[in-house]
Amino acid sequence: MGAYFNEIFRGLQSLCIGLGITFKEFFQPVVTVPYPYKTIKMSERYRGHTELVEDESGNPKCVACGMCQRACPSQSISLASKSVEYEVEVKGEMKTKKKKVLTKYELNFTTCSLCGQCVESCNFGAVTFSKDYNLASFRKEDFHFDLLNRLKERNS
Amino acid sequence: MSLTVLNAIIAVVIAIGFAALNAAYLVWAERRGAGRIQRRPGPNVNGPLGLLQPPADGIKLMTKQLVIPGGADKALFMVAPVLAMAPAIMSFVTIPFSDMIVAHSMNIGVLMIFAFASLGGMAILLAGWGSRNKYGVMASVRAVSQNISYEVPMLITVITIVMMTGSLDLKDIATSQAGGIWNWNIVPSLSAPLMPVAFLIFFTCSLAETNRAPFDLGEAESELVAGFHTEYGSMGFGLFFMGEYANIVIGASLITILFLGGWGCPLGLFPGVWWFLLKIYVLIFSFIWIRWTFPRTTIYGLLNLSWKILIPISLFNLLLTAGLLKVF
Repeated sequence: MGAYFNEIFRGLQSLCIGLGITFKEFFQPVVTVPYPYKTIKMSERYRGHTELVEDESGNPKCVACGMCQRACPSQSISLASKSVEYEVEVKGEMKTKKKKVLTKYELNFTTCSLCGQCVESCNFGAVTFSKDYNLASFRKEDFHFDLLNRLKERNS
Repeated sequence: MSLTVLNAIIAVVIAIGFAALNAAYLVWAERRGAGRIQRRPGPNVNGPLGLLQPPADGIKLMTKQLVIPGGADKALFMVAPVLAMAPAIMSFVTIPFSDMIVAHSMNIGVLMIFAFASLGGMAILLAGWGSRNKYGVMASVRAVSQNISYEVPMLITVITIVMMTGSLDLKDIATSQAGGIWNWNIVPSLSAPLMPVAFLIFFTCSLAETNRAPFDLGEAESELVAGFHTEYGSMGFGLFFMGEYANIVIGASLITILFLGGWGCPLGLFPGVWWFLLKIYVLIFSFIWIRWTFPRTTIYGLLNLSWKILIPISLFNLLLTAGLLKVF
């Protein structure tokens, strides 16, 4: 008989504790983010697809050496460059010099495994991970990113 | 057309309107409340605070096709949702919202409401059986055994109240508690010392009678798809939903009238329909609160609670009150 009433009281008590917890939660602020209207900042170590890093003047830091292309285990990167002549003042007289300028940097994201070898291999810190995650499309061509174009769009 | 018939028709129309409005906006309140308890906003896209969600849901339900599954018993399949809704509407007719606002005051109001409430179990049985679905049949078997077991302690508690008041008229029961919180039936008195326990029993039973969580064995989604209304779409489902919420409003109104003094103020000031509405919505909030706090019980736990705990205690309360009413 004692055990019977004990069980009822213990049960009632635990029900009240449960109700108390949900009542407190009722007045707590909402923790969810209404996603399409609001987004949260991605964490520092988030690995999106790669992107090019710009220098102070807004041009890509990339010198088109091709190390990333060689480091990529899945041949996802293809880049092209052209030689341009430019004038520079050395010891009082003007000289013409040549340098390589990036004309195309294409990342095939359908085969990229985000291993980060391209970022590791770059001597100039010109490639990094983006924080971009809104990637959805019905066509695979949409995942052949023209990173040079993306850099320009970011700057404009 | 005589005046009394016209009166009855107007009363029923108002009852249907009240029930439908409540059903629509209690769904909204339920979803918002569930959201808040789980720390998410709930429906908030349609209109300010999501207030246009119920009309949108209603339009969607009404414009869908009513599919009758092959092999179903057509007549029973069509009758069941109406039978779920109609008794709930009928019960509204005799509920007094204040001493002036009552559609038809009956001297056997309590009896009538419980008679109609029993029809709700019938609707579930017909729905499960008529739709020729094994989940439906299992759910209705469960729901009917649940309804039968919980009607017993509920009615025993009501008998206690009726004994104290000496009337089956809901209006008389509410008027006998007028004047302040110390006159309410929930407060223990010399002749009825166990009334708070009786209130708890009645509250639990009305949760079970309306098939609300944690006693929603009849529509246990994780086991029985959607229970007795698995095969129902469009407005058939809508009627079940409206019936469920109308039953919740009736349950809350009954608790208010039988235990919480009806339309009386706790301090005896300004009695009126506003106190009644305040009390029923506080009770409905507690229904929602309980639903989103406790997990579903098992069918054994449910029946054990009724037959081993609620019925003995309510019977003891009945005998004790009967004896003490003779003494004092």
